[in-house]
Amino acid sequence: MSYEAWILLTASLVGASCGLIGSFLVLRKMAMLSDAISHSVLLGIVGAYFISQSLSGVYMLIGAGIVGLLTTLFVQLLSDKGVQSDAAIGVVFTFLFAIGVILLSLYGGNVHLDVEHALMGEIAFIPWDTLEINGVDIGPKSVWMLGFVLVINVLLTILFYKEFKISAFDPEMALALGIPVTFFHYLQMTMLSLTTVASFDSVGAILVVAMLIVPAATAYLLTDRLIHMLWMSIAIGVLSAFIGYYSASLFNVSISGAMATATGILFALAFIFSPLHGLLGKWLAQKNVRMEVKKG
Amino acid sequence: MKEFFLQFQDPNTQWVLFGTLLLGLSSGVLGSFALLRKQSLIGDAMAHAALPGVCIAFLLYGSKSLFWFIIGAAISGFISTWLIHIIVKKSRIKEDSAIGIVLSVFFGFGIVLLTYIQNESTGNKSGLDDFIFGQAASLVKSDVILISTISVVLLLLTTLFYKEFKIITFDPSFAKGIGLPVKWFDSILIIMIVLAVVIGLQTVGVILMAAMLITPAIAARYWTDRLSFMIILAGLIGAFSGGVGTLISTTTKGLPTGPLIIVAATSIFILSLIFGPKKGLLQAFIKHLKLRKKTALNQFLLSLYDLNEQSLHSKLFSEIEVFEKRKISKSLQQYVIKELSNKGLISVEDGQVSLTDKGLEAAYELVLNHRLYETYLMHELEFQEVMSHKEFSISLLTEKEKQKLYQLLELHGRKPVLVPNSLRAHKKKVFIHEL
Repeated sequence: MSYEAWILLTASLVGASCGLIGSFLVLRKMAMLSDAISHSVLLGIVGAYFISQSLSGVYMLIGAGIVGLLTTLFVQLLSDKGVQSDAAIGVVFTFLFAIGVILLSLYGGNVHLDVEHALMGEIAFIPWDTLEINGVDIGPKSVWMLGFVLVINVLLTILFYKEFKISAFDPEMALALGIPVTFFHYLQMTMLSLTTVASFDSVGAILVVAMLIVPAATAYLLTDRLIHMLWMSIAIGVLSAFIGYYSASLFNVSISGAMATATGILFALAFIFSPLHGLLGKWLAQKNVRMEVKKG
Repeated sequence: MKEFFLQFQDPNTQWVLFGTLLLGLSSGVLGSFALLRKQSLIGDAMAHAALPGVCIAFLLYGSKSLFWFIIGAAISGFISTWLIHIIVKKSRIKEDSAIGIVLSVFFGFGIVLLTYIQNESTGNKSGLDDFIFGQAASLVKSDVILISTISVVLLLLTTLFYKEFKIITFDPSFAKGIGLPVKWFDSILIIMIVLAVVIGLQTVGVILMAAMLITPAIAARYWTDRLSFMIILAGLIGAFSGGVGTLISTTTKGLPTGPLIIVAATSIFILSLIFGPKKGLLQAFIKHLKLRKKTALNQFLLSLYDLNEQSLHSKLFSEIEVFEKRKISKSLQQYVIKELSNKGLISVEDGQVSLTDKGLEAAYELVLNHRLYETYLMHELEFQEVMSHKEFSISLLTEKEKQKLYQLLELHGRKPVLVPNSLRAHKKKVFIHEL
């Protein structure tokens, strides 16, 4: 595969994983939690590096998974203790991120691990960081990691589709039916942390947030059915990846930044033109009503 | 330690320290309003959204200038809040998603512009990266003067419009009712919050700037319920964190100031969370313990009364029997016996307890109230006032309703049979009269 194809594949995998789990976040009004997790996983990655002394993907996944869960736990804990939930999110992730940055600047000076990289990612280097098994080059590491996470996400979503759906739309009813809502909450949070950290290295924290929230919100404007929302959100994520990549190479700018911008442009289009919930659609519907009132 | 003081004498350190102190003060003060208006995370969006503004200011002006950066950041910060507002108002996207969308897309676009500047421009662009993670050491005297001036103006404006901001924060509809131009003051407050955010960007960085707004304010919230105290306290906590963070960062080379300020502020928050007199964890725990003890005492009296009522001939019961009737935690059993006999409500003789006259009076009151409440709950819909357990008191019912409740009590056979001697004569009359 060519250099370009690998980058597009990586970005599409990010778009797909994020689009899937992001839809549930948007529906459950927990979008900002993804912002929090994507920042605080930095601490997990730094911590994993200090403990294992290696930059291997597995340790990073574990470290980030743990810190991601800790973030949700702390946020939950603070809101249970009466802190406004938005403030709770803000306090927790900035604190964890700050500790991560301090640790990194104290001890991580000469490691291949800098904050800037973690935030903005460097997708352009992905194709060169390949995985070798028995001396055979089987493609970039990130592609394998992202592919693995995507498979897990898809399997879990298929397996627990009904449970996820009910707890997204009607958590009280889910509880009444005896569905362990808390368990599924933390399951989704684990999926979110894994997705975040797998995407982190390739596209950076900020694009992860964009890919998690924006395509899902765009799909939310286009359809009323969950299943459609899921595939649309995945498709929009992949589409943004393509648009972003080509415009980035056209203007010679940051690839992940351009992808984030592309998600924003697609959202703006849906916001205005969506037949269901867009400004134009609403305006047309209002106009129709007005005409009918006049007539009748 | 000696090195520490040497650093402190360095004029540049003094300037930076002065800047971070004022910065902490103004962001703490305005953060209080942001917090109370549930706009904490909008501060996060403003900070992230400032990045493209800074880049565009650089592209237009051509070189690094904090003044133009602040203007650019403030404009894009304000546009971001406006967009969040529009998205929430005009579509079914909820506020949290709207904040996430604006934050990530603006920041992504900022990164695009940043890389564009890095590739295209030949000028000095090193200053731009500072905005992402903050670089307090890069502050020069003129920067500090600019930041301080804006901080002072923000603080003055807050004092000037304190009353108006207070009303639009707590009761916007009331504010409208008394003829305040609510939208106008809303916009002023938002612009002030945006300014408080953007002047901190170079010191703390876009990612952590949200914490400068949120953390001191939420910490202050645990010490007071009054807005004026909260604002002052949040300002002081912000300034203190700013000072501590700056001083620690000067002691070790490579320690970033911004994150240290945030860690200092969060430590104060954690202390407040535990020890704060308003809703603090320790306070809540003590309250909980007290309530548990009080409940255990009441439970014991209720059980003992019930047992007395059921067997009219015997007045002595074993402790275990009473504890069994309404379960009381093992850890409290000894306390209950001791406390009640100290108060003279029960008398204890080798494991056997009985109510004293005084105890019977107390128990009677409890039982009567308890059973009235039970009855009330059974017929709740027939009464006008709907009360929760905490508020329930017979005195809240009207005379007519009171009589009805007593009748219902009699009907269900729940009228307490054992009437204490002191009340007997008087109470009987009351009952006869009422029934």
